[in-house]
Amino acid sequence: MTDTLTPVLTANWADDRSWTLPSYAARGGYAALDKALGMAPDEVITAVKDAGLRGRGGAGFPTGMKWSFIPQDNPNPKYLVVNADESEPGTCKDIPLMMASPHTLVEGVIISSYAIRAKVAFIYVRGEVLHVIRRLQAAVAEAYAAGHLGQNIHGSGYDLDLVVHAGAGAYICGEETALLDSLEGRRGQPRLRPPFPAVEGLYASPTVINNAESIASVPSIIANGPGWFAGMGTEKSNGFGIFSLSGHVTRPGQYEAPLGITLRQLLDLAGGVREAPNGQARELKFWTPGGSSTPLFTAEHLDVPLDFESVGAAGSMLGTRALQIFDETVCVVRAVLRWTEFYKHESCGKCTPCREGTWWLVQVLARLEAGQGSAEDLDLLLDQCDNILGRSFCALGDGATSPITSSIKYFRDEYLAHLEQGGCPFDPAKSTLFEEVPA
Amino acid sequence: MSIDQSTYDELREIAARYPQARSGLLPMLHLVQSVEGRVTPEGIQACADVLGLTEAEVSGVATFYTMYKRRPVGDYLVGVCTNTLCAVMGGDAIFERLKDHLDVGNDETTADGKITLEHVECNAACDYAPVVMVNWEFVDNQTPSSAVELVDDLRNGVERHSTRGPRLCTWRQAERVLAGFNDGLADEGPSAGAPSLAGLTIANENDWKAPSGD
Amino acid sequence: MTAEMEKSDLVSLTIDGVEVSVPAGTLVIRAAEQAGIQIPRFCDHPLLAPVGACRQCLVDVPDAGNGRGFPKPQASCTIPVAEGMVVSTVNETAAKAQTGIMEFLLINHPLDCPVCDKGGECPLQNQAMSNGRGESRFAATGGVKRTFPKPIHLSPNVLLDRERCIVCQRCTRFSDEIAGDPFIALVERGAQQQIGIAENAPFLSYFSGNTIQICPVGALTSEEYRFRARPFDLVSTPGVTEHDASGAAIRVDHRRGKVVRRLAGDDPEVNEEWITDKDRFGFAYLYADDRITYPRIREDGELRPASWLEAFEVAARGLARCSGGAGGVGVLPGGRLTLEDARAYAAFARESLGTEDVDFRSRPLSAEEAAFLERHVKGTGPGDQGAVTYADLETAPVVVLAGLEPEDEAGTVFLRLRKSVRAGGTRVIALSPFTTRGLAKLSATVVPTAPGDEADALSSLLGHADHGIDHRAVILVGERLATAPGAYAAAADLAAKSGARLAWVPRRAGDRGAVEAGLLPAAGGRDADAIVGAVLSGELAGLVVGGVDPDDTSDPAAFHAALEAAEFVVSLELRETDVTRVADVVLPVAPITDRAGTFVNWEGRERPFPQTFRNPASFTDARILAGIGEELERIVAEPASAAHEEDVAAARLRRMVLAAQRHGTAAGFVTGAGAPSSTSEGAHVAGGVHAATTDTDSDGRGASTSERIETTATFKLATWKLLLDNGVMQQGDKALAATARPPVAILSPASFARLGAMVTVTGDRGSVTVPAGSAVDLPDDVVWLPANSTGRGLLADVASPGSRVEVTNA
Ligand SMILES: Cc1cc2nc3c(=O)[nH]c(=O)nc-3n(C[C@H](O)[C@H](O)[C@H](O)COP(=O)(O)O)c2cc1C
Ligand code: SF4
Ligand code: FES
Repeated sequence: MTDTLTPVLTANWADDRSWTLPSYAARGGYAALDKALGMAPDEVITAVKDAGLRGRGGAGFPTGMKWSFIPQDNPNPKYLVVNADESEPGTCKDIPLMMASPHTLVEGVIISSYAIRAKVAFIYVRGEVLHVIRRLQAAVAEAYAAGHLGQNIHGSGYDLDLVVHAGAGAYICGEETALLDSLEGRRGQPRLRPPFPAVEGLYASPTVINNAESIASVPSIIANGPGWFAGMGTEKSNGFGIFSLSGHVTRPGQYEAPLGITLRQLLDLAGGVREAPNGQARELKFWTPGGSSTPLFTAEHLDVPLDFESVGAAGSMLGTRALQIFDETVCVVRAVLRWTEFYKHESCGKCTPCREGTWWLVQVLARLEAGQGSAEDLDLLLDQCDNILGRSFCALGDGATSPITSSIKYFRDEYLAHLEQGGCPFDPAKSTLFEEVPA
Repeated sequence: MSIDQSTYDELREIAARYPQARSGLLPMLHLVQSVEGRVTPEGIQACADVLGLTEAEVSGVATFYTMYKRRPVGDYLVGVCTNTLCAVMGGDAIFERLKDHLDVGNDETTADGKITLEHVECNAACDYAPVVMVNWEFVDNQTPSSAVELVDDLRNGVERHSTRGPRLCTWRQAERVLAGFNDGLADEGPSAGAPSLAGLTIANENDWKAPSGD
Repeated sequence: MTAEMEKSDLVSLTIDGVEVSVPAGTLVIRAAEQAGIQIPRFCDHPLLAPVGACRQCLVDVPDAGNGRGFPKPQASCTIPVAEGMVVSTVNETAAKAQTGIMEFLLINHPLDCPVCDKGGECPLQNQAMSNGRGESRFAATGGVKRTFPKPIHLSPNVLLDRERCIVCQRCTRFSDEIAGDPFIALVERGAQQQIGIAENAPFLSYFSGNTIQICPVGALTSEEYRFRARPFDLVSTPGVTEHDASGAAIRVDHRRGKVVRRLAGDDPEVNEEWITDKDRFGFAYLYADDRITYPRIREDGELRPASWLEAFEVAARGLARCSGGAGGVGVLPGGRLTLEDARAYAAFARESLGTEDVDFRSRPLSAEEAAFLERHVKGTGPGDQGAVTYADLETAPVVVLAGLEPEDEAGTVFLRLRKSVRAGGTRVIALSPFTTRGLAKLSATVVPTAPGDEADALSSLLGHADHGIDHRAVILVGERLATAPGAYAAAADLAAKSGARLAWVPRRAGDRGAVEAGLLPAAGGRDADAIVGAVLSGELAGLVVGGVDPDDTSDPAAFHAALEAAEFVVSLELRETDVTRVADVVLPVAPITDRAGTFVNWEGRERPFPQTFRNPASFTDARILAGIGEELERIVAEPASAAHEEDVAAARLRRMVLAAQRHGTAAGFVTGAGAPSSTSEGAHVAGGVHAATTDTDSDGRGASTSERIETTATFKLATWKLLLDNGVMQQGDKALAATARPPVAILSPASFARLGAMVTVTGDRGSVTVPAGSAVDLPDDVVWLPANSTGRGLLADVASPGSRVEVTNA
């Protein structure tokens, strides 16, 4: 039986100066790189395939398979791009990882690039995290100085350059093709697919894009073997992942556990739903399993195993394991309106349903929150969502509908209560962490 | 300051980091902000010149991303997260208090030019909610009164540190780092804050580990 | 689909129950068109790369050809067909998707159709009618529309109403992909996303008007047409551009006898769906105040109105007097004629006047050119005749340009070349003094060539195997080669040796038709320059002048002098010009709108066009020439009167004196190619001529002047006309004029550094002061200036192309 928590990526985060090369090396860092360089690139791909690593950026696509799609007979250079744009509301795992242990990611980048035969790799990190960027820049500089990057790495004859690239504030740039356009110095708007990035990605060349946590998981797979990784988690959702608990939970934070752990288990570890500032007990009301773009769950889903299949079967998505916990003080309409405002703000504007749809959704929701409108507006909302879901150019538009449709499904009465009361029945001050009254 | 020869040289240096120069545009615009305090028409022209683009193309990029500012930014860009989770946990209250205290609206700068206040979207620090960002450094677990203290200190020249990073530098200095010019401060601050270590701490207490390797 | 296409290349699918077979790779939206099914769309445009942005074209694909359907509706403008695919554009899924998108598009769209220029011809309006909901749920829920202060100028000519824009990106994609002028871009993000320009960098593209036309809503309008008319008030007539030799199809929209706008016609073989802004907006000249509307004859030194019949008779008598034993008449019809008019001129010259002194070229020319045109151009054409076509530009791996700057001189050719270059098909090799913006947009390999060096440059091309000039290549030569000695011959030689195909791309719409009609001097005839010289020398007495601007000719001063010197001048013109001002008979010709006719474009393709307005008072050149011709026949039959005899004797005497004073100088009057300049002595003596030449040349042009120039002038003058300049047919549209490129003297970087930002360029005819710029590959001893963007143009004000000029810091 695997332990409840399995710190691998997080294991060294409490180490003294964990972000530095000496600290990382003291735990055996960059040994996996040596091992990988002793393997053929295809063997590395096979190992990652056999491990059953699935993308940690949300969609859960098998990482090794993605790598094997790179046409090695294509004469263009190959690129690895790390998606460290982490902007999905609730998602907060890649940032602490890169802050505490950037070398885990850098080592992962080198091994992964070697596997796909890339000579240049990029870490696209959102711009709004200055200190993380400093640490990545410093780690890359250390890695060059130590011969882990640059020419003839570890005497293997393999060369790799790694560029840390700061974004500039746009959630959509987490979408992989928008990220590529952004990395090419353009507006971050999604591209038509096909061609897929594996064939025509960055600079119209074969490109692998992986989430930071996906890539950071690679050194451990190489070091410990695919069987080790596959031995954790569930049948189709192998390995461990970082679960991010936030919101009304006693000990919010990062919990690294095998996939398939439940929120009930995690909440137990995290001290349960947080008490009110006055010591009153509170209850779980709703939560996101994988960020705001994944349909909401409620207390009835406490025992859903948090793996790709089970969460999907229960009507949501594992996403990025961003578990935002909201207790009974929180107005679901307010929460959903705020998320919808986020999607409106972040819609790239390229396609009609997302650009115009989010504009309208916000207005309908705002009226409902204010107790105006009518019960038919809920059907209108659902129909608008219907007209966005699956019609938008990329998944951002789809994501925008998730909180709305799921909240109406579970909390229709609460919407109606707003109409009955002519306004929001909740006191927003109650759900804060402090007892201050805004001046 | 303005775009002079040395800025041009640095813009070129950024472009040269990439297999294709245009990839440098985002960091180049960060550099423009560090020099000009915002994205100016001159800055747009400089980027267009260096990359062989039209100014419209550069403008299209500069106006797409929220970190690029059209109006001059104060020494400290204070961003209060008001995305759902932070908002609920107190971000809305903090933002309201700061607007009131600083007597500015969203995306406005105090009369002394010190503080620009804005509300920001989720900054990947939900476990530290409510979060305030100062020049894109984390100031975690804020309350309205702690936030007021923070901005007062910044205005009064009292040294403040990020809760997970170094002493707070100016916005222009921060923009320079985003342009890829390291300021040597990577070693400041802790590895991680307590929430980042929550699971690890429990695992250590229980001696939980991943199994050993094959 | 070509007939020989193999069955196996075709993919069969079913759309709304109709089976269609289309080539592999066809997009579903196109396949549907072939089945007669119109899927609603906005961002899709067959000539632009698909983006799938508006999502209006969603269809249901219950079977992707593999037995499985797509779970979500698919954008038919981005998905290619597959064998066995089943598509529904109308079932419940498709209909809901389309209605849903239409509803979204309309929530923020203003309801200002009644005042919108596009109202009545608006794809959004039309599709809202057919696919939209009856009433707005947005309005019903108290929705607040996005508004923008309106409108904004993208350029002096193009305005944008942002709230009407549905950000389909057709305009930005056109500007970037087709024109290569990404001066407009998507700016801002999300719901605020809009089309914009950078501060102080307006949308100055020669092709900007196309964006107005392809905008599927009324967001883009032109300064001149905005609010001028309603589409349903307009009558449309097809036309062909009169502004260049492209043969571009246009559509002329008019109301109550007046043209209010022009649009690009859709002709896949010629201009596809694009035209230049000159083609589109350059029609205000038709309504200029100085339009001539009735015949005039000179009496006691003054022009007075006359009836057509009287004018015909006076013209005939004058010409008869001149073409008798007293000398002769030269015919200068100009390059703007329809083929029909050109033929009429040819017949008139040869049959009515019995002269070979006829030449359509009203610009620097050479004898070599006439030979080239006879041998390599005349009688060729597309199709069986095997001449180079637009389509050939797309298939040729290499296109050589010599004496031709396509973006300025043949905009439609430029667009086709760019299309081919972008598709990766064609490499352009250009002999040019420097890499112009247009050539840069063609990614051209520029062989920097100083004016006059074109022949050597052409000859050297074969030595470069890397240029790949072989039988699949195309050589496009422009009329400017006439000023480079040996260049036409070198082009022909290059074609002969490499097997490459050769085509001549003149500037004016009538040039090619004139070649076909024989408006070149045959053996024994004088060319245009020689005609001018012969008038000055007294060898010719009369002139028949069509649409010729003296300032466009090889030697404007000489031309003016000849007009003064001629015994008798008949002018066929649209508007008052320097010719009509001195002519003895002025005959107004029908504007392009009042006549049907044919232009022959550079390909040799006949481009017939119908009459837009029936105007019984408008006479074509052909009709007028016939009128004069009839009179001539009648006069010849008359017994000669004593007075007539006297006139003729006096005239002969005078010309003999003039000839004697010319010290035996040959009548050959050639400029441009470095040959001796014209005979101003003759002009001086001819009386009254001095004034005409003093405009630009107060010092006269004696030997001493040329010596002075030769010792100090260190620059060769390179020049051509910009697309938008001071040309008379562009006059009247201020907004269009404001988009012209400002005149700049281009120098090499070294000369620029030495001479500074403002320079004076001085030639043997005068000087001009303009801002300077530099181009890295311009040879040090060359200066480039736009030919007709300053004053009266370079030919009148400075010097002839290729000659030596002085450049000084101003
Ligand atoms: C709107 C949107 C935002 C996204 N943001 C992120 C992100 O911040 N980080 C990330 O890794 N993936 C993000 N994704 C998912 C990526 O498109 C992509 O699936 C992922 O980076 C692939 O990496 P993986 O296979 O390692 O998960 C986003 C997707 C969408 C549609
Ligand atoms: S769904 Fe459409 S508008 Fe929204 S982000 Fe994706 S492409 Fe852009
Ligand atoms: S026409 Fe297909 S998405 Fe716009």
